[in-house]
Amino acid sequence: MSSKIYDCIEKIGNCIIGNKEFLTELDREIGDADHGINMARGFTEVLAVLPKDSDNISEVLKKTGMTLLSKVGGASGPLYGTAYMQAAKACAGKTALAPEDGKAIFEAVIAGIQKRGKAVRGEKTMLDAIIPASEAYSAAIDGGSSIGEALDAMCKAAEEGVEYTKTIIATKGRASYLGERSIGHQDPGATSATYTMQMIRDFIKG
Amino acid sequence: MVGIVIVSHSCKVAEGIYDLVMQMASENDHIFPAGGLEDGSIGTDAFKIREAIEKADTGDGVAVLADLGSGIMSAEMAIEMLEDDISVRIADAPVLEGAVSAAVTSTSGASLDEVIEAAEEARTASKLS
Repeated sequence: MSSKIYDCIEKIGNCIIGNKEFLTELDREIGDADHGINMARGFTEVLAVLPKDSDNISEVLKKTGMTLLSKVGGASGPLYGTAYMQAAKACAGKTALAPEDGKAIFEAVIAGIQKRGKAVRGEKTMLDAIIPASEAYSAAIDGGSSIGEALDAMCKAAEEGVEYTKTIIATKGRASYLGERSIGHQDPGATSATYTMQMIRDFIKG
Repeated sequence: MVGIVIVSHSCKVAEGIYDLVMQMASENDHIFPAGGLEDGSIGTDAFKIREAIEKADTGDGVAVLADLGSGIMSAEMAIEMLEDDISVRIADAPVLEGAVSAAVTSTSGASLDEVIEAAEEARTASKLS
């Protein structure tokens, strides 16, 4: 039997691989047309090398990050690699996660991505989905919502974040070469980050 | 002698710059290209860069020249993942011109800081005057 953490990563991976064409198409509009291809290549390898039965959450997340780092190739390699490795650190020693752990994971992931990409909110990046999602999740947990409600609030904020990226100019990454022409297009990284959060929600809510 | 690592998304670009650089800095046998992914596709691979840095170091440190966006990010990750204590700096410079300046400077026995400075001067050097 496979472990829960493996099943969760598998769900994320299959979603990314399944949306390869769409993510690449988004990247063709404002980037170098490789986001879907790169992420799918990374997750195909992740699913091939991850131990199926390990319930060491931190180890599985770290292995996911290291594999994405070496196989993805574009900026999303170091960025998602960092995100998973930071999440791994936040889960060190755990074989199960509580709602509060989600807040610590978000905090570590966001700090890692910001440091790696030297980006802040509002620059048309994955952070425009992840930061509002983190805020919505934490507010819901702190306000006494159930984990299901918190995960729904998280995804809603992430989806709104993706919509928001259509309205702003890219100042980071390859899309920044386009300047104002990047307006009107949603950010591929914010989109794949939102898929990730949607799959985590679907997995936890069953 | 300061080692030099040339990072590009393209294996061909990194190797091409390496060829160009070696015409002018053949005395430095610690210059290594680290371009593309393992399977030859376009991208940068932090593990490949780390390996190149380890090979390039003779104890005097390593200067890294990188191309667009994730080249820098992957180089930074490679440096963070180093197990040995190696002095490494990434030059804020165009990869080709910077690599040539860095390599030529390195062959004079310059320090890592001097090599990086030479690479970064390439950023503002005018080609038309």
